[in-house]
Amino acid sequence: MIDDDSKTEWAFESRCRARRTVVSSLTEDEELTEILKSYSSNKVTTTKYSFLSFIPKNLFEQLHRFANIYFIFLAALNFVPVVNAFQPEISIIPILLVLAVTAVKDLWEDYRKHKSDKFINGLVCEIYSRLIHSMYVDQRWQDVHVGDFVRLSCNEIIPADMLLLYSSDPHGVCYIETANLDGETNLKQRQVVRDLPRQVCENFHSRIECENPNNDLSRFRGFMEYPSKARVGLHNNNLLLRSCTIRNTETVIGIVVYAGHETKAMKNNNGPRYKRSKLERRLNVDVLWSVVLLVIMCLTAAIGHGLWLRNLKDTSFLIPDTTSPALSGFYLFWTMIIVLQVLIPISLYVSIEIVKLCQIFFIQNDVDFYNEYMDSRIQCRALNITEDLGQIQYVFSDKTGTLTENKMVFRRCTIAGVEYPHEENARRLEVYEEDEAMGCSHTLKSRASAKSLSCKSLSCNRSSVSLHTLTGHSEGEESPSPTLPRHSAFSSPMEKDIVPDPFLVQKLNCLSSPLFLLRDASMELTYIVDFFMALAICNTVVVSSPNQPRHVVRSTRFGLPRFSTLSSPHTTESPRSFTRRLFSRGKAASFTPSPSPTPTKLGTEPDGEPNLEASILSIRPGLDGVPGEDGDQGYEEEGEHELIYEAESPDEAALVHAARAYRCTLQGRSLERLLVELPGMGSLAVRLLHILPFDSSRKRMSVVVRHPLTNQVVVYTKGADSVIMDLAESPKGAEQSDGRQGHIREQTQKHLDNYAREGLRTLCIAKKVLEEEEYEIWLKRHAFAETSIENREELLLESAQRLETNLTLLGATGIVDRLQEEVPETIEALQRAGVKVWVLTGDKQETAINIACACKLLRTTDQLLTANCDSKEACKALLLELRAEVERGEAAEGTSGFTLVVDGRTLDFALQEDLKGDFLELSRRCRAVVCCRSTPLQKSHVVQLVRDQLRVMTLAIGDGANDVSMIQVADVGIGISGQEGMQAVMSSDFAISRFKHLRKLLLVHGHWCYTRLANMILYFFYKNVMYVNLLFWYQFFCGFSGSVMTNSWVLIFFNLLFTSAPPLLYGILDKDVSADTLIKLPELYKSGQNSKAYLPSTFWLTMLDALYQSLVCFFIPYFAYAGSDADMLSFGSPINASALLIILLHQVIESRTLTWLHVLVLVGSALFYFSFTLVFSVVCVTCSPPTNPLGVDKLQMSQPLFYGVCALTTVLALLPRYTHQQ
Amino acid sequence: MMASSYNAKEEDRHQPGATGHVGSGTMTNKMPDNTAFKQQRLPAWQPILTAGTVLPAFFVIGLLFIPIGVGLFVTSNNIKEFEIDYTGVDMSSPCYSCSQSYSWNNTKSCTCSVPFSLDQPFESNVFMYYGLSNFYQNHRRYVKSRDDSQLNGDKTSLQSPSKECEPYRSSDKPIAPCGAIANSLFNDTLELYYIDPNGSRTAIPLVKKGIAWWTDKHVKFRNPSGNNNLTVVFQGTSKPVNWRKPVFELDPSDSDNNGFINEDFIVWMRTAALPTFRKLYRIIQKKPNNMTPTLPRGEYILEVTYNYPVRSFDGRKRMILSAISWMGGKNPFLGIAYITVGSVCFCLGLVLLSIHYRYGKRNSADISS
Repeated sequence: MIDDDSKTEWAFESRCRARRTVVSSLTEDEELTEILKSYSSNKVTTTKYSFLSFIPKNLFEQLHRFANIYFIFLAALNFVPVVNAFQPEISIIPILLVLAVTAVKDLWEDYRKHKSDKFINGLVCEIYSRLIHSMYVDQRWQDVHVGDFVRLSCNEIIPADMLLLYSSDPHGVCYIETANLDGETNLKQRQVVRDLPRQVCENFHSRIECENPNNDLSRFRGFMEYPSKARVGLHNNNLLLRSCTIRNTETVIGIVVYAGHETKAMKNNNGPRYKRSKLERRLNVDVLWSVVLLVIMCLTAAIGHGLWLRNLKDTSFLIPDTTSPALSGFYLFWTMIIVLQVLIPISLYVSIEIVKLCQIFFIQNDVDFYNEYMDSRIQCRALNITEDLGQIQYVFSDKTGTLTENKMVFRRCTIAGVEYPHEENARRLEVYEEDEAMGCSHTLKSRASAKSLSCKSLSCNRSSVSLHTLTGHSEGEESPSPTLPRHSAFSSPMEKDIVPDPFLVQKLNCLSSPLFLLRDASMELTYIVDFFMALAICNTVVVSSPNQPRHVVRSTRFGLPRFSTLSSPHTTESPRSFTRRLFSRGKAASFTPSPSPTPTKLGTEPDGEPNLEASILSIRPGLDGVPGEDGDQGYEEEGEHELIYEAESPDEAALVHAARAYRCTLQGRSLERLLVELPGMGSLAVRLLHILPFDSSRKRMSVVVRHPLTNQVVVYTKGADSVIMDLAESPKGAEQSDGRQGHIREQTQKHLDNYAREGLRTLCIAKKVLEEEEYEIWLKRHAFAETSIENREELLLESAQRLETNLTLLGATGIVDRLQEEVPETIEALQRAGVKVWVLTGDKQETAINIACACKLLRTTDQLLTANCDSKEACKALLLELRAEVERGEAAEGTSGFTLVVDGRTLDFALQEDLKGDFLELSRRCRAVVCCRSTPLQKSHVVQLVRDQLRVMTLAIGDGANDVSMIQVADVGIGISGQEGMQAVMSSDFAISRFKHLRKLLLVHGHWCYTRLANMILYFFYKNVMYVNLLFWYQFFCGFSGSVMTNSWVLIFFNLLFTSAPPLLYGILDKDVSADTLIKLPELYKSGQNSKAYLPSTFWLTMLDALYQSLVCFFIPYFAYAGSDADMLSFGSPINASALLIILLHQVIESRTLTWLHVLVLVGSALFYFSFTLVFSVVCVTCSPPTNPLGVDKLQMSQPLFYGVCALTTVLALLPRYTHQQ
Repeated sequence: MMASSYNAKEEDRHQPGATGHVGSGTMTNKMPDNTAFKQQRLPAWQPILTAGTVLPAFFVIGLLFIPIGVGLFVTSNNIKEFEIDYTGVDMSSPCYSCSQSYSWNNTKSCTCSVPFSLDQPFESNVFMYYGLSNFYQNHRRYVKSRDDSQLNGDKTSLQSPSKECEPYRSSDKPIAPCGAIANSLFNDTLELYYIDPNGSRTAIPLVKKGIAWWTDKHVKFRNPSGNNNLTVVFQGTSKPVNWRKPVFELDPSDSDNNGFINEDFIVWMRTAALPTFRKLYRIIQKKPNNMTPTLPRGEYILEVTYNYPVRSFDGRKRMILSAISWMGGKNPFLGIAYITVGSVCFCLGLVLLSIHYRYGKRNSADISS
């Protein structure tokens, strides 16, 4: 088999290159076993710490925070004898407390992770073992290694990334559900490695070479070398990803290639996001100011001490030493830093974290964000930018799925230049809309039963709960089948029951009636048939039947060999041959009316032919689905003729449903074949040659099939109209058809414009017939592209582009995507709140404008400015011109506002370095901006430009993968957990289910979070400055020697315990304005936008107030006790007590709400202080030297003077603030 | 299920582990509890600071504070206090010579007599203080320079005092009591004589016990136990550098006032808060069953044994005689402050009231709009 040389070579290669080699773990080769061992095992540990490493590691991590370093520095400073201010032990209390609190938090989080890890590692799967009877034995996940063979049954979860080697499916296909990975619940097809010899397990001697582990979920490149040295390319669709679920396949066997932390799922698993909020940046500035203040105070004391010392000689109270006054002053500087350390609000950072967590708790628990249809609440993924929600100035919104439902419903179409308005369909949609408005709470109940049903019907250990909790459910419609609540999104009656246009039906019926003879009609008929054929097959829709959830209809049962043998005897030749001719004419574009033989047994009834009924391919009436002759037992049951389409995007589903309404039904799909039912022709098996999937740069997708009737290779392409219209060039040398094509293009374009104006999403459908040789050439290069490891994506893209040329335009579709509820209200509220709303969409300009009108972004009084240009110069001129216009308009004051509409190309120019200034200047003056035809990259560029250049707070909201970059760039990214998977949600800071939630999220929670946090931060600064200044004033009366008049425990605890809880509660619960008022008056939001609650002036005013209060709080006791026999602690006692009262009552004045919780905490804090000092003054006999508090507070609190001083101080200190509040 | 329940997602989910185990059948409803707390609808008292609630507060404070202030002021004024500076800065001062020729090491004490007269008699108990000025007993290093365990009678601390006491920790033997505070103990002796109109001097009895805090005397300060003979107890220690006599000879006549529990010493050890302070020295008790005042009007002589040097740092020494009321010694400040703050509040209330009446309508219109 393998010679030694090549083996060592592999071993060498796999070590050195960015590749990995995988062989069966059963190999006896030592060296290869070594290589396998070098890969990480499947045990996952997401915990940061182990039992032993917790303390050192956690400490190390915490020491990375600057604040903690500062704390430790102070604590260490206190151990230096010449500068120490307190007992060294006391000064380490704060740092210990902060570290401990953080450590406990980390420990708790880590423990939760540990529990979940343990659970996952302990899951069981079947692994092939040679030791135990050469059979599959149960193993825990953590014991799975690279190279192991794993056998999985239906609905089991994949334990590691593995290559699919065997599937019980005869076509080597298996389906996985990636909901656990990205939240998409549609099934994805995976395929056994091509041309794999039957060599499973025991005699598996192939070698797999693949990339090193990476986090790209959609890419896997490598090849497998068989013992015969033949190589086969490995793609993403050979790979089963960890944590996905096997569906619809009885058994699969795979070989593990990546395990544990090297799996793509784990590589993609990033923790929560950390962003720094605007308020925090502002806060950091003020912390710096505090530092400056601290240094000034310490310098004052240091200089004062130096001067004071110089004037003194030979005193009995000075300890004789030889240090010069200057040096003493220097030492004192550091002492003072220790004494006044509280000025830097260290605990502020911890407090902010706690407060934000609580704010998030409240946001998450808001009932208004609960979506009962999806059973989902808001998800807060970023934990520390809650207050940014209150300062948003620009909102960038995606359109589809964000403003709209993203429930695509086929509305109308144009085929071969003829418009079919589908009036009935429009009426139907209106009815649904009304229905929905009536309310649809009945769905919940039905879904509840649906869930239990679906659970019962499952034999395997599938956890339906996880599935449903992870992903959203559709809203608004009753589930069509009791088993699949999730799929109501794609197959609700509204989307499904399309009423066909009678005219079109009539035309289509010609196919099965003698009327087809009419020449023009026939020509048109080819177009129509092709059009619906394309709708039905040009997609990646997976078909399944409802009663057997997640089980794909076994289209494979209708394999081609069988099909052909069966079909010929049962169906008459004539209609097919006719149609074939029809198609060949169409393809050759030289249609001539050929008098074809009259079909002998043509199905005249659209409902089907009695003759065919006996055959497998019988056509059931109407919307009936696949007949289940020899399928699973469930197929035989009654009343389940329906098919369920699961599409990656709702558009696709809508189109397939539309095709089905015209009885062009997609009945099944396997890897190589599609089963399509055509009217009058019965089920046809279409050989699927290639799928060129959709990508955002091509903006189209294609399928290459062998046409069942003509046996030609046909390319069906579906894509954005702009792209397809360009590609759809008329075939050369065919005059007649050219003219026709030209006409069709012209007409179609006209219709497309109409559709767009109506706000419909448009898609163009085109086809191309390939000559065999042409196909062969293309195929070769395509195969090369597919197997190459490097640059595969580029090559594939190029290959696809090569194919998609010279298309024949068939027609276009218009799809309705309704606005979500309350979108206009939300946008209006946002605009009233001073938030500028931009819509960035990939849609056409007309569609975008239409939607903008519908959601009141554009008002009728607004002046619309459109910017479409082809060159940079033109763009520049246009921008200037528009700006002039805006200025004129502003001067005139006639119009209420301007709305700028930019298309993608213009945007490209506008975003360039030299034009962006003009562009911003223009857009800044506009009330709203709509960017259409923009790519994901442009979206993020726009957001970035606005954010950086205008220095504003931006929020981006979107639901799809194309919004991810924009969401990440914006200060606040919001994902809508809708129907396009979870990518947007995964990259967002907050995930909501409806656009309307944005209103409360910003106007209420954003406002609250911001004001609360801002007020709390100011309060913290106030509190610290106020208290620390008391100590500073005392320096003037103790020779600037760094003495304090307080017991050092009380001093340390004052900030840490006695006055820490009330501000936290203040930051969590205070409500300056009620929620109702905030919703009613969006204008109130502006205060947050302008950072009103926390302006520099507010900061300095607060500082001044703190200074005043500290002066009062110090000097009233000073004069009251001046010249008396009061000792230091007795002097400090009333000062402390009144400082506490002032600080607490200050908060009462500042709070806008007081609940029993506030009262509890405030009273509790005060009681805590007084009881602590009292007990301390009784119990502490020799502790805490030199400021031993024995008897001090007890004595003080028994004297009326104490209360007299406290009352006077408190009242006088709070007088200005109280008057000001008034 | 749980294959992907890693951190980020897990946090988003409600009860991540449980849902999986509870498993099939149960429907997890993620609807948040509609409780007042979670929906932030707790019944709250909103202290809406409007004229209606604020103005009364001003008047109430004003009306409360002014009488209190008046009361305090009157009380303070009724307290008689007499103060005499005996530092001897002036040439004319009787203690001038003592103050000039002084150092800690003087063995011979210098005495001087300061005559003074009381214009008004002291009726009740009189507290006799000595006062020091410009004496920073609150200096950080001075304050620290003591050993509370030693003073509490701890034997090990007696033999090896705390490092804080440096450089007054030990001379050749450990110093008891150690530290700078003890070392700088005020050691002037003050005696008071009443000069009868007929010229004879009557010594006024000065009580030297009861001047320290009860907790200090009985809890905080303790002589090392074991032996009643303090001389034995303090054997192996030396006296503080500036002291003339060791700690066990502070009051040889009274064992309850000797050693660490000597009250003069205890009082000194309670460091004063401010550089100008007074400390209780003696109490002159009202004579029982006698209608004559404690200190009648007339001439007095203060006999000072001048030991304590203060001239080097511009210090001052005073002797103070003062009566005491319920709110302490004589201090008019608090009364005046109360009256002032009370009047300010009252005036503010009036001003605000007038503003309220003049502009009130407009303000309320602003609020409601």
